[in-house]
Amino acid sequence: MMNTICIMCPMGCPLTIEEKDGVITVQGQTCPRGKKYGEQEYSAPVRTLTTLIRRADGGMASAKTSAPIPKDKIREAAEYVGKLTVSADSKIGDVVEENFFADGVNLVITGIA
Amino acid sequence: MIKKYDVVVIGGGPAGMAAALSALKKGAKVLVVERDVRLGGILNQCIHNGFGLHYFGEELTGPEYADRFVKLVESEDIDVMLESMVLRLTPDKKVEILSPEGYITVEAGAVVLAMGCRERTAGAIAVPGTRPAGVYTAGMAQKLCNMKGYLVGKKVVILGSGDIGLIMARRMTLEGAKVELVLELMPYSSGLKRNIVQCLNDFDIPIKYAHTITRLEGSPRLTGLYYAPVDENRNPILEKEEYVSCDTLLLSVGLIPENDLLSGMDVEMSPITSGAVVDENRMTSIPGVFSCGNVLHVHDLVDNVSREAEIAGGAAADYALGNVTAGDTVSVRATDGVRYALPQRITKGGEGKVDVFFRTVDVYTKKRIVVEVDGNEIYSRKTMILAPGEMEKITLARQDLVGDVIVRLK
Repeated sequence: MMNTICIMCPMGCPLTIEEKDGVITVQGQTCPRGKKYGEQEYSAPVRTLTTLIRRADGGMASAKTSAPIPKDKIREAAEYVGKLTVSADSKIGDVVEENFFADGVNLVITGIA
Repeated sequence: MIKKYDVVVIGGGPAGMAAALSALKKGAKVLVVERDVRLGGILNQCIHNGFGLHYFGEELTGPEYADRFVKLVESEDIDVMLESMVLRLTPDKKVEILSPEGYITVEAGAVVLAMGCRERTAGAIAVPGTRPAGVYTAGMAQKLCNMKGYLVGKKVVILGSGDIGLIMARRMTLEGAKVELVLELMPYSSGLKRNIVQCLNDFDIPIKYAHTITRLEGSPRLTGLYYAPVDENRNPILEKEEYVSCDTLLLSVGLIPENDLLSGMDVEMSPITSGAVVDENRMTSIPGVFSCGNVLHVHDLVDNVSREAEIAGGAAADYALGNVTAGDTVSVRATDGVRYALPQRITKGGEGKVDVFFRTVDVYTKKRIVVEVDGNEIYSRKTMILAPGEMEKITLARQDLVGDVIVRLK
């Protein structure tokens, strides 16, 4: 069983999600979007990671995953990025690493501080 | 040195850039004055995503959203003065600027105010106790972290659950700090549900609603703080005081439009938004002076800032180039659960539609948004939920606006 809050609208319905014999049931939502969200959060929650990368010249660049990655990989992925250094002439859109903690997801530069 | 421009935009953040581009499209000669070393404003430090869903139809981070506008501004015939501070603005639209080139006066046909907002500080909320190091506004901690790569502390408490505070809870956690607690004075968060879930719950960071700080401890650095639940009048119940050890306090306790430039001018201001009172073109009570973005009223989505700035920038160009005729206006008033509605004035007559934005006083479920003109209902919409943190938009037909407008909840 899992409890969470639906984030699809400001209503923030408290959801209770249960699995019995392979069937996922969502309770507490007031619309169909809540059911879909609850099922996703229960079976395969994903998050986009946005974080910082050090530049070779000592400055900072910001980066994101091009698509969400599994939620349980977020901390590990952030720690990994913390050890990376990118070149001083990095620019927005540069791919730092392909297949980053998920197939087909890239780690991409989003900004130069 | 005296220069002349049709439109001078003060501030090079999202509002200023969109206003400048919109003014240029109308044929105006445009100058943008920005005090920082680069364009983009606060977006440059907002490295999280969630920007641009409405404006660009895709989810971008702050620096990416800014970069799209920066590239446009730089590729167009728009003059930009960086590291330049507007020190004075006069009612006859002379803009006095301290710049790397010296002290410059620019004569403007129209001025667009796009200075954004600043954070309320510890001084503004009068926290009792010592005055230790380690107390930051959330945005300052964000700038030090995301722009300079400097983590401001290891054991963090956050006061206020506005979006910047929530975003910083996640940011500092991912950079290795431990966020002990978030305290919120109100019984609900002014932040987005998404941020409560993805910035706090994902990392098991507790939030206590209807709680506030009762005193800070530590010298020279913060070592801990006391907090307590508040009663219905928001006064702390001291018998229930608790202690938490921490070396850093982040404040996410509200934003104030940065309208200091207007202090010497007789501009009609709204005590509720702390911004100017404007018409549907975002023109203030001083003809030819326009206001948009967070300096007008604090927004929750940058997408809305860009759109509002396009209105202001385009109208400023029209004014400067002499393409406007002034008309009578009707007033727009907020009541019964509506905290404010903007624009506060709309020119009478005309065709097409006009958007009115508003925020509610409290959280309301199953209310009806009603707009009345001379006692007649001209607009009505049922809602599931309304919250102060979410700006609402209603679209009205201009032909219906024959008298003063009232926006209320029923």
